[in-house]
Amino acid sequence: MSVATVGGAQVDSTTSRSEARPLDPESREWLRGLRSEGREHDEAVERLHALLLRAARYECARRRPSLPHLRGNDLDDIANQAADDALVSILARLDNFRGASRFTTWAYKFALLEAAVKLRRRAWQGREVPLEPETWGLFSSAGIEPDQSAEQSELLDTLQGAIAEVLSPHQRRVLVALALNGVPIDVLAERLNTTRGALYKTLHDARRKLRSHLEEQGLSLETLEETK
Amino acid sequence: MTERPDLKQALGRLLGPAEPEVGCDECFEQLDRYVELELAGADADAAIPGLRAHLVGCSACREEHESLRALVGGEQAL
Repeated sequence: MSVATVGGAQVDSTTSRSEARPLDPESREWLRGLRSEGREHDEAVERLHALLLRAARYECARRRPSLPHLRGNDLDDIANQAADDALVSILARLDNFRGASRFTTWAYKFALLEAAVKLRRRAWQGREVPLEPETWGLFSSAGIEPDQSAEQSELLDTLQGAIAEVLSPHQRRVLVALALNGVPIDVLAERLNTTRGALYKTLHDARRKLRSHLEEQGLSLETLEETK
Repeated sequence: MTERPDLKQALGRLLGPAEPEVGCDECFEQLDRYVELELAGADADAAIPGLRAHLVGCSACREEHESLRALVGGEQAL
């Protein structure tokens, strides 16, 4: 049995965990080539690298409009680095592939992840990562203002108070950076020398605390969800 | 209450999904299976509970889900 846990919310993935099942012929052929030796192995690795490079270039092309300062050569360098790193990850994890999807779909996700992380970090290279608001005019500094509704004003006041008083300093720093200042999670993970998963757990715990606090203050979360 | 897309989005980022969710590592582990189930028209959310909620709460995993789905879906359409 496996249980995926994020903070207080648990998802029992007993039924969701992919179980080993017969491989489709194409996936079986990939594994056979990658586990062989000599020339057959080298050719399979070469084919896999080409597949990963295609996926990494696809990701770079998708993100290109949001990265106007990067030149074509920069993007191709990033795609090649992503394909190289994904290849290393995949070859180290071949035994983890259980056939829950086709081999190529499983492999693509490594290349897309590597390319996306590298592109997010490149976009923030040399930029200061804002970890704390300069003042507790928290929402207005992030461009968030209530309209004329007293309900929204009360909600934002309570939220701002909760962020200041209920969260730990680390939770506040992570929440402000990720949820208010728009710092990509992979950039923050690199600056704080931690992982995406660890940071997301901190963010999740902070969000749960805020939700609980709002409920304790009598603010209807149902109304909140409608507002969202 | 007046509709304010920016306020709605800000509250969404601050409070995250209400439903239980998997973490980033579990999301990555299951993403390939989830995408293939989606593209096959199966009930991916029933098969892998908590992944959809995570995609709502985590913008990085959401972007990677969108890319994988577009890449694999595009190949299948060929």
